[in-house]
Amino acid sequence: MHGWLLLLPAAVLLVTFTHYPTVATLYHSFFSTSKPGRPTTWIGLDNYRSMVEDPVFWQVLANNLWYALATIPLSIALAILMAVWVNGKIAGRGLLRLSFFTPTVLPMIAVANIWLFFYTPGYGLLEQVTGLFGLPSHNWLGSRNTALGCLVVVTVWKEAGFFMIFYLAALQSISPHLTEAASLMGAGRWYFFRRVTFPLLMPTTLFVLVNAVINSFRLVDHIVVMTKGGPDNTTALLLYYIYDVGFKFWDSGYAAALTLVLLVILAAFAMGQFLFLDRRVHYQ
Amino acid sequence: MTRTFTALETAGAWMLGLLWALPLAYAVWTAFHPSEFSTHFVPMAPLTLENFVKAWAAAPFARYFVNTILLVTMILAAQLVLCTLAAYAFARFTFRGREIAFLLVLVQLMIMPDVLIVENYRTMSRLGILDSLLAIGLPYMASAFGIFLLRQTFKTVPKELDEAARVEGAGALEVLWKVYVPLARPVYVAYALVSVSYHWNNFLWPLIVTNSVNSRPLTVGLQVFSSGDQGVDWSIITAATLMTSGPLLIAFLLFQRQFVQSFMRAGIR
Repeated sequence: MHGWLLLLPAAVLLVTFTHYPTVATLYHSFFSTSKPGRPTTWIGLDNYRSMVEDPVFWQVLANNLWYALATIPLSIALAILMAVWVNGKIAGRGLLRLSFFTPTVLPMIAVANIWLFFYTPGYGLLEQVTGLFGLPSHNWLGSRNTALGCLVVVTVWKEAGFFMIFYLAALQSISPHLTEAASLMGAGRWYFFRRVTFPLLMPTTLFVLVNAVINSFRLVDHIVVMTKGGPDNTTALLLYYIYDVGFKFWDSGYAAALTLVLLVILAAFAMGQFLFLDRRVHYQ
Repeated sequence: MTRTFTALETAGAWMLGLLWALPLAYAVWTAFHPSEFSTHFVPMAPLTLENFVKAWAAAPFARYFVNTILLVTMILAAQLVLCTLAAYAFARFTFRGREIAFLLVLVQLMIMPDVLIVENYRTMSRLGILDSLLAIGLPYMASAFGIFLLRQTFKTVPKELDEAARVEGAGALEVLWKVYVPLARPVYVAYALVSVSYHWNNFLWPLIVTNSVNSRPLTVGLQVFSSGDQGVDWSIITAATLMTSGPLLIAFLLFQRQFVQSFMRAGIR
């Protein structure tokens, strides 16, 4: 009895703002959006039918996939590199760590503003640097080929330092005897990293991977600031599209259907993680 | 051979470090110099605080600051109370449905309030609290992450301490307050730092539920300000950007070690 009483306040809020909306998303996705003089009605799978026929939806899904495939490996690789450097005896490692980690503390929206200026055609810093090399002016955020790439860079810049600290913690827990033994046996550094360090970092990599995947579907602040999904939806991610549909076009029925897709992706990932990845993690 | 390699490696590390510091350094340069120097890098360019003064005067940033501070305080206070009670229940009580309840709590680790914007907006509208700080904070108050973290910590508390306190006649809540909470202090500090930085920086949900100066937090205020039509004066926008992230950034620079350790502790399960 006591247990439930203690749990009650948190449970009420969790049910109201996590479980109920999850179920309600499914329910509302079967209804039309109410309009003045036309109340909402049951339309079955119509929202899903329009989704399948909506080219923007497919484009947004592909964008999100490419965005995830680019940001995740890049930020993980850089995070490992940073951690190895900062963990070693490199000169000025305190400053390096500071430089790598600082973007983590900044709000994404501030980061986006800074980078927006960075990318500005004509007088942004990037243009000035490319101008020095005599390259022609290019509208980085305004052209279809480079816009998503620009956002990937921003995300990697913001996230790599965050992931670095988890690798740093893991590296510090690796016994120095291992390193000694390996160097006695004449193992090169790269060989040692590949055969010893990297496998030992595996649990950390899994943890970071889960975070990175969730972030790639959860964080769209920079899109609101930098591109608003443009040009031609080339930078719209799934959550951003949901925001657009739900709060600019106020089409809540379709937005619910889109949200359900996002929930299914996240749930599938959670199941995959549960079944394949962390058999070794015990919650007891 | 190894020496050149080490030198090359150090150079590489420093290149990356500089590259990483560049955007922020650029922002600081722009914010503290008159706008004609925002893209001219002259070593002796005059320093100025003019951009900050202009930004402060151009939008109700004072109000936004108050809103954000109230918001993060309210969320943190609620999280600490709710998560402590729930974690205590999961760690030290046996009751029917405990395992299932815990799994249901963990669901929120994957399906965060950030993605349930459409339905939560509907709920807030039905509750009649749109455009209020409470509406921004409510979905985050019962934090699965907090419950999980504290439960793990409470489980490491020796049962003997618990029993000793009970023998002396302490009730369940008294034991929680006198035994468990003090022992978990480092975890509370870590959680608080992570929570405050998260909600200071949160943007999309506050953007959706607020539409007036009275409830807008800094992040949304900054966006409204920088996307307004007062012309693109980058120096002023950059000053505003630094201003809004300033307190957190300064706190981070002062307590760097605590921040890094907190993020680390809160992340490693």
